[in-house]
Amino acid sequence: MSGHVFHPGHDDLHGVTVVVTGASGRTYVGRWHERDARGVTMHDVAIHDPATDESPRADWLARQRRFGVAVVAKFLMVPVDEAADVRRLADAG
Amino acid sequence: MAYAELMIRPMRQEVTRLGVTELHSVEDVDAALGNMEGTALVFVNSVCGCAAGMARPALARALRHDPRPDKLYSVFAGQDLEATARARSYFGEYQPSSPSVALLKDGEVVSFVHRHQIEGRHPDQIAALLTEAFDIHCG
Repeated sequence: MSGHVFHPGHDDLHGVTVVVTGASGRTYVGRWHERDARGVTMHDVAIHDPATDESPRADWLARQRRFGVAVVAKFLMVPVDEAADVRRLADAG
Repeated sequence: MAYAELMIRPMRQEVTRLGVTELHSVEDVDAALGNMEGTALVFVNSVCGCAAGMARPALARALRHDPRPDKLYSVFAGQDLEATARARSYFGEYQPSSPSVALLKDGEVVSFVHRHQIEGRHPDQIAALLTEAFDIHCG
C-alpha cells in the first residue's frame, strides 16, 4: 500500500517500476533497487535513446505502459548526474 | 532462484482456494489455453511481497464480481518456470512481469494488468481494474 515499506533497509521505491529521465535525453524504465552516492540501480530495464530510437519518447513510454517493460538490461546503474527525474511508471504521462 | 515449496505453499493456496486452477507444466498450459473458447483469466503469481501481496487479495475481491471469466488459471513465476514461460507465450505482445493478470477471450489477450499497475495500490484499486475488464469482456 502506498507509503508502506515492505523491504526493511530499503527506501519506499524499492521494487517499484519507475521512469528515470536522464540528463542526456535517454529514458530508463525498470524496477528501482536503490539510490546511493554513485547513482540509481535498477533491474529489468528498458532504455529509450532519442539518438537511435525511431519512435518518440512519448510513444515509447506509452508502449511500456500498455505492453509492459521491454527489458534490454537485467541490471543497470544510472549515474547520479544522469538521473535527472524519477517517477513511478504508473504515474508517468 | 526457486524458493522452498513449504514457503510458497500459502501463496499458492491463497489463489487455489478461490477456485483457480494452477498450471504446473507445459502440458497443463496447452491443455488450458490451446484452442480455448470463451474467457479465461491467467494470474501470474509471485513471491514478491510488495506487489503479489496486494495482487492476491485483489484477485479474491475481483472474483466476487459478476460477470467473471469462464475459466480461472494461475502459474507461479520463479517456481514453475516452464509452465510460466509457456503461459506467457499465449500473451502475444505483452511483456513478462510478475505478478500480473491476463484476460484472454477466444485465445487472444483482451486485457492485461501489469506489475506496475499493481505496485503501491490497494487491493480494491487493483480489483477495480479487473472487474472493469470483466464487465467489458465477460458479459
